[in-house]
Amino acid sequence: MDEHDLTCQELVELVTDYLEGALPETQFKRFEEHLSGCHDCHHYFDQMRFTIRLVGRLSESHLSSGAKDELLDLFRDWKKELPEQEKPENLEE
Amino acid sequence: MLTIEDADIIQGLRRGDESVFASLFDGYQNSLLRLALMYAADQRLAEEIVQETWLAVLKGIHRFEGRSALKTWIYSILINRAKTVAQHEGRYNNLTLSLDEQPESNEPSVPVDRFHPDDDHPYPHHWLNGPSDWGDLPEDKLLSDETQKVILAAIDGLSPNQREVITLRDIEMLSSEEACNILGISESNQRVLLHRARAKVRQALEGYLER
Repeated sequence: MDEHDLTCQELVELVTDYLEGALPETQFKRFEEHLSGCHDCHHYFDQMRFTIRLVGRLSESHLSSGAKDELLDLFRDWKKELPEQEKPENLEE
Repeated sequence: MLTIEDADIIQGLRRGDESVFASLFDGYQNSLLRLALMYAADQRLAEEIVQETWLAVLKGIHRFEGRSALKTWIYSILINRAKTVAQHEGRYNNLTLSLDEQPESNEPSVPVDRFHPDDDHPYPHHWLNGPSDWGDLPEDKLLSDETQKVILAAIDGLSPNQREVITLRDIEMLSSEEACNILGISESNQRVLLHRARAKVRQALEGYLER
């Protein structure tokens, strides 16, 4: 392999390192040079970015959980065990 | 190390302020449940793990020294708890490998037959049939529930370590430092796992979107 050129097969392994800013400067330059001149790798790079974006959308899915009331009860139990000086507002009750 | 916001939350919890706890719950519950589901066999068990996590947070809050961010601490409690439970159930045996001793194998991000082999081409290792432009796909298809299912199935098929990293980084949007702290792995190992995970999800998406 030519020491100064990145092949497509090498580039696909470096996408995350590139996005994380973890490539050494010379590799970083080779990566960008290759990407700007190679349609196929540009598409691959875009696909990886699409992938990251689409995976990120999973955070929007809401998982229902009815646990809140039960947990607030447990919180109140826990609060009763707190040492007195930790809960001055109780003095007014 | 602690943000002002974290410090306020910790103070609030220590003095037993229920509204502080309730808003912490609202902010974290969904994420904790999603993380627990990575390890637990079903929703019921995941909810149990999350509840135990909250109780451990309350029990530990007076001793929490703030050497890590509050989020890192809470996630660590959950993940340790979830791993214990999953190991107990025999679902998590492959995590006993020490990550830093056993980095991922050399499995390629893209199957080798997508590239020109070594010598028979003026451009060795360049694409044989290159990836297509997903920018041309209809937005509806990219954002469909079906696409989400393909992604979920792909993540489910990852190794446990890959699944942990992609979940913390790309779904929960933690920084690499936070993810490394929680999982106890090196930055470079984390990047390898993240890259493998993303590459496999991309491949699954390609199979689905372009068929």
